[in-house]
Amino acid sequence: MKRTAAYLFIGIFFGIVMYKSEAASWFRIYEMFQFESFHMYGIIGSALVLGVLGVFLIKKNNVKSFYGEPIKITPKDKSFSRYMYGGIIFGLGWALAGSCPGPIYTLIGAGYVSILVVLVGALGGTFLYGLIRKKLPH
Amino acid sequence: MNWIFEPWPWYVAGPLIALIMFLLLFVDKQFGMSSNLRTMCAIGGAGKKADFFAFDWKSQRWNLVVVLGAIIGGFLGAHVLTNDPSVAINPDTIATLEGLGFENAGATYLPEQLFGLEAFTSIKSILILLGGGLLIGFGSRYAGGCTSGHAISGLSNLQLPSLIAVIGFFIGGLVMIHLLFPLIF
Repeated sequence: MKRTAAYLFIGIFFGIVMYKSEAASWFRIYEMFQFESFHMYGIIGSALVLGVLGVFLIKKNNVKSFYGEPIKITPKDKSFSRYMYGGIIFGLGWALAGSCPGPIYTLIGAGYVSILVVLVGALGGTFLYGLIRKKLPH
Repeated sequence: MNWIFEPWPWYVAGPLIALIMFLLLFVDKQFGMSSNLRTMCAIGGAGKKADFFAFDWKSQRWNLVVVLGAIIGGFLGAHVLTNDPSVAINPDTIATLEGLGFENAGATYLPEQLFGLEAFTSIKSILILLGGGLLIGFGSRYAGGCTSGHAISGLSNLQLPSLIAVIGFFIGGLVMIHLLFPLIF
């Protein structure tokens, strides 16, 4: 129960930050790909600088989690094609729908009924990948 | 406390996103939102059609709780913590969008023609939303992660696969906006 409450709290926090930072706004994503504002680059960049620093310190000092477990980040499998091809396909969708998987949920909560169409599409895309993944270069 | 009702600047939002990633690590979990789509497919019975979805989805329930939280957070952000939902994008961006047929760009949080209720009366708008979603779902699973899993979590861990994926995200995004938008809109 306590852990579930922690996940819920983190999710609420995430949803608020996505909305209030305007990272969930279609306009901000468009503006980012037009290179006409520092806003989105500042968000991702500053998250990244702190992320790299924090992960480095966690590894260096073998920091344990709140529950006393070693903190581990599972590395992704080595490959090029799946990340490049998959990444490009994702980028096309990110720019078109103006939202990535996290903000989809934020926008549902914000009350945009039409974002449910994006969610249905995303579930369909995930299902399609599961069906044909063995035929794709990975 | 009025600042909280204003849009949050990048130097507030970015560090908070890093904090979210660390909070998840400290409760033994990893930041990644797109894997929830796979979990939802599995719950819907997709495991009968493809073994990719035949896994113990109950182990991913924690992330669905994060999703539930993100929905609640979106509600609070939009309806409790915001008075004016307009987005102060660059005037040049507004002009470009007007050229594409987007009126009053930035006056609302999302473009009305795609996300307002009027979108449901336009087959083109529905196809754009559905197609965008399809690419997001297919691409994020193919790449093994999205913005949260690769651009934030993966790059923080200095993973080469995540760098390749993020370069891919930007190639796709730039192609969409600079080459395909003039054809679509």
